[in-house]
Amino acid sequence: MSRGPLLFLASFFALATSWLGFVLVPQLQIGGQQQVEIQETGQLYPSRRPGIAAQGAAVYRANGCFYCHTEQVRPMGFGSDVERGWGGRKSRVQSVAQDYLWDQPVMLGSQRVGPDLANIGLRQTNAVWLLAHLYDPQVTSKGSVMPPYRYLFRKVPLKVGETPSPDALPVDAGAPGLQVVPTDDAKALVAYLLSLRSDVILTNTPPWPPPTNSAPAASAAAAPTNSPAPVAPAK
Amino acid sequence: MSATVSQAQAQTISPGCGMTAPEPSAVQVDASCRPLLLLFVSAAAWLLAASVIGLIASLKFHSPNILAGCPVLTYGRVRPAALDAFLYGFALQAGMGVLIWINCHLGRARLAVAPLLTAGWFFWNIGVTFGVLGIFAGDNTGYEWLEMPRYGSAPLFFGYAAIGIAALISFHFRSRRELYTSQWFLLAALFWFPWIYTTARALLTIWPVRGTMQSVVDWWYINNLTAVCFGFVGLGAAFYFVPKIVNRPLYSHYLGIFIFWTLALFGSWGFAPIAAPVPAWIPALSTLAALLTIVPMLAVAINVLHTLCGRDQSTKGNVTLSFVLFGAAAFVIAGLLNAVCSLANVSEITAFTWFDPARVQIFLFGFFAMTIFGAIYYIIPRLVPAGSLSPGLIRLHFWLGALGIILFAGPLLIGGLKQGSDLNNAGLPFLNVVQGTLGFLRASTTGELLILLGNAILVLNIVAMLVRVGRASATAAWAANSRKAEVAS
Repeated sequence: MSRGPLLFLASFFALATSWLGFVLVPQLQIGGQQQVEIQETGQLYPSRRPGIAAQGAAVYRANGCFYCHTEQVRPMGFGSDVERGWGGRKSRVQSVAQDYLWDQPVMLGSQRVGPDLANIGLRQTNAVWLLAHLYDPQVTSKGSVMPPYRYLFRKVPLKVGETPSPDALPVDAGAPGLQVVPTDDAKALVAYLLSLRSDVILTNTPPWPPPTNSAPAASAAAAPTNSPAPVAPAK
Repeated sequence: MSATVSQAQAQTISPGCGMTAPEPSAVQVDASCRPLLLLFVSAAAWLLAASVIGLIASLKFHSPNILAGCPVLTYGRVRPAALDAFLYGFALQAGMGVLIWINCHLGRARLAVAPLLTAGWFFWNIGVTFGVLGIFAGDNTGYEWLEMPRYGSAPLFFGYAAIGIAALISFHFRSRRELYTSQWFLLAALFWFPWIYTTARALLTIWPVRGTMQSVVDWWYINNLTAVCFGFVGLGAAFYFVPKIVNRPLYSHYLGIFIFWTLALFGSWGFAPIAAPVPAWIPALSTLAALLTIVPMLAVAINVLHTLCGRDQSTKGNVTLSFVLFGAAAFVIAGLLNAVCSLANVSEITAFTWFDPARVQIFLFGFFAMTIFGAIYYIIPRLVPAGSLSPGLIRLHFWLGALGIILFAGPLLIGGLKQGSDLNNAGLPFLNVVQGTLGFLRASTTGELLILLGNAILVLNIVAMLVRVGRASATAAWAANSRKAEVAS
């Protein structure tokens, strides 16, 4: 009697149950997700990020922003994400799998050393503020523990009589005659942050408060699908 | 010697087949296992590197401006570099060494195809080096615990394949056919790592799956690596060393097998955070599985404690036993914390806070690393009979490691609970929540320093021994040479 191969197979099967359950079955369920058409506007959701924002996602990944920032908002009634203003859609359900369809890699994050960024593009639309925050978080958020990302900026000398670069940030460059100018990486990163928004109402994210038959409420439910945010940093 | 542990508890498998060569003695097995020193020495070096890099990450919470001008040393690169240096440089590498050594001893087998093992060691370390440097350079893949870029993960995989094949060939030619409890765990881990690693890498970086399916695959990998690979190697070592040192059979072989099956079935389902943007049944199933693992956790405690009962006082000062018992206690604590955290009411507070990293560190360092330290201190003197490790330094390492993990995880667990309840109090501005965690984070740096010091002592102790042995053999060779010269003249 040789029980070796049988035992081997049995242990392999026992271990493989989690593969079946957590890899194969979810893949069959959500692996084939496609864009969906939004009824009110006829647009497909989610749209792909514009090129510069996609480059920014690579900067976000390379510098490990996702070790301190999550990109997932918990539903109403579980934690207080929505109460903190991190929510996007006017629904009890917040982040859903559909929102991440095109992301590669998906960076949901696992810690909130900093605030959630899933909808930063909705609540902070000022690109200059975001750039200044990256350059020196103490300028924009006194007492923050975020490290400054000065290496994403260049200090460019300003000659006498020359007009400052249109990109120059309104921050102290440390010496007279210097201006702080964002690199392409910084601009791309901010474009990515501005593109982070999930406010579209989907079939599995019913509007909240529920729409009544009156016209104002119906328009409120449709309101989130307004025009897309500017993706290139202003100025 | 292993036969004295217990013949009765041995699970006999296919008796009689392959019984060809005469059984090597324990000393002969150790002599053949000498190439494992390569794994242990480089694992210790990676461990030290990981704790130094980790300390840099920690210092950022004392002042965010520290080393901020250098992109290579930004927090988001230093932290994953420290983690991967620990996971792949130290934990898996040392784990493989311990696994192979125990398997060779229990099966009374010589280490086969040592050149293959050496080649595997070389490629594995090349892979970890490239991988960690890649993370520093900004080539992080974006998947937690799988951060190493492809040019690091490919050599790593081939390295593992070579080491794994050497381990399997040695196992195949073992002269004792019976399988002990600890071998069940070790063999499962040996087979399971390549499966989860290739599956996760393939589905994330080669033929990427879509959307949050990537996160699901990543969680599956993280949980399998911890629960099955690290969990099983650590338990396999504990179930080998505890009976061996107290010279009593493992309390129950069948309880060991029960732990094996229950952990294999339920242990690898965890880690999906509640309310993550994935189908809701995934976290629900995770919670259920985490609660079911409470039973094997308690069974581990029972099996270890009952094996210890009635041991004679001579084992009191055995440092390997101290390490392994500390590890077993941390295993049970980490498992219980994991089960508690999987409950929705608790997870609502602890998710995304410092509670989670603390819990993970109790498992990775408190359980796995401490168990492996105990094993290494047992194994190395047997691989190098001419050398001796300083017992005082080993003791010191134990206390630094034990105190270090308590001082590291304690503040973070408490700070995490505070951070979680603060986060759920929407009236408290976010910056105040962050400021509220700083005291705890800074306190935990003390623990990290002690751990770093302990790791440095491990490296120092091994290197000093090797230098002494090397110098002694050089002197002996010189003396022999000069005698030869005298004879010639």
